[in-house]
Amino acid sequence: MMKKSWWKILAIALLLYTFTAGFLIEVPIIGNLHQTIRNLFFHVPMWFGQMVLLLVSMVYAIRYLRSGNLADDIYAREYARTGIVFGILGLVTGAIWANYTWGEPWSNDPKQIAVAIALLIYLAYFVLRNSMPDMDKRARVSSVYNIFAYFIYVPLIMVLPRLVQSLHPGGQGVEGNPAMSGKDLDPTMRMVFWPAVIGWTLLGVWISTLSIRISKLKEKNWINA
Amino acid sequence: MPSAKKIIALFKKDLLLEIRQQYTFYGILLYIASTIFVLYLAMGRPEAGAWNGLFWVNLLFICINAVAKSFLQESRGRMLYYYSIAGALDFILAKLMYNLLLMLVMSLLSLLLFSFFLGTPFEKTINFLGITCLGGISISLVFTLLAAIAARANQNAALMAILGFPLIIPQLLLLVKISKSAFGEIFNTGALSQMILLLCGLDLMVVILSLILFPFLWKD
Repeated sequence: MMKKSWWKILAIALLLYTFTAGFLIEVPIIGNLHQTIRNLFFHVPMWFGQMVLLLVSMVYAIRYLRSGNLADDIYAREYARTGIVFGILGLVTGAIWANYTWGEPWSNDPKQIAVAIALLIYLAYFVLRNSMPDMDKRARVSSVYNIFAYFIYVPLIMVLPRLVQSLHPGGQGVEGNPAMSGKDLDPTMRMVFWPAVIGWTLLGVWISTLSIRISKLKEKNWINA
Repeated sequence: MPSAKKIIALFKKDLLLEIRQQYTFYGILLYIASTIFVLYLAMGRPEAGAWNGLFWVNLLFICINAVAKSFLQESRGRMLYYYSIAGALDFILAKLMYNLLLMLVMSLLSLLLFSFFLGTPFEKTINFLGITCLGGISISLVFTLLAAIAARANQNAALMAILGFPLIIPQLLLLVKISKSAFGEIFNTGALSQMILLLCGLDLMVVILSLILFPFLWKD
């Protein structure tokens, strides 16, 4: 039992650490961020988590195309679903943060726009799935779309926002937030930030595995057939 | 393995069908003309920013109409026939080439009509001509694979818009930005060529993905 669930325990431990240390440690006061900088431990890991979950979803889509096993399609679907949930949480935490630092929850920042489009891309994945009643066809066509979508998703959120002015760190001609990108991150904050990233990502995987188990039970007849 | 002979034969078939039926061509032409005329009546001669935005949105809608037909017109029986005489790669390559040509013609035509009705706010005509061609190519490549997906999903044309709009935005944003250079906006040195290179890279990636993924859509 321990062997199988050590990572779940790790996820709980890391998140407990994130919530206690994240609220208690001394944070550097940078510019207009003040104490809101603590949101770094909650907002940014959502995006790391989303990228990992969607990557896993794409890997299972590839596996489905190679194997034709419907279980792989369920994995791809549920990981994409959790990815969408993480994206929504990331948008909401970001909007709250932006409300205090940029003055409004939505300021048409390139990164905000990019992640909103990314959400639409993956919501379209579910629309596509629901448009086909035939199971094998649905699995195959949506796997193809899933792979294609991921290859558009990565340049959309990684490359494009960096080409233009952005309030986020990492854009050109940063005016909003002071630099908080990887190398400038305060050492004490880094001690909480990376465990938070791992903790939230593991939680995402955990949620996905639970919904996969439910789906597998529901669709048992189809998978084994 | 794809063979040049089969690709050319399939490409020619699409072209011949187009010339014989002329349904898509005149349909799209009428679509372009009426859209642009409505825009002209509504806006007169818009300023550069609005012109640029309208132009690319117009191209996007044209592409959805033009490229969607390329797969939606293929009936089940005919697909089975292609399946027996050609490989998946032949088929998708021919479709990519045909759609690319179709979209190139349509882009240039809409540029002509846009210039005629809505004026020519761009300063560097040759540059904008090049950007238009690049844009037409980029949009047509993305929508070819999406049309194949939508055709598999019960020939659902509305689905193509749902799938396509979010996916095309990266390219469209890049195009809008690149074309600002033809409107006299100055970029940092290297920024423009970087963006063009990125767009070409995206196009190449889309072609490679289409070649890899289409065979899975093909077999039923």
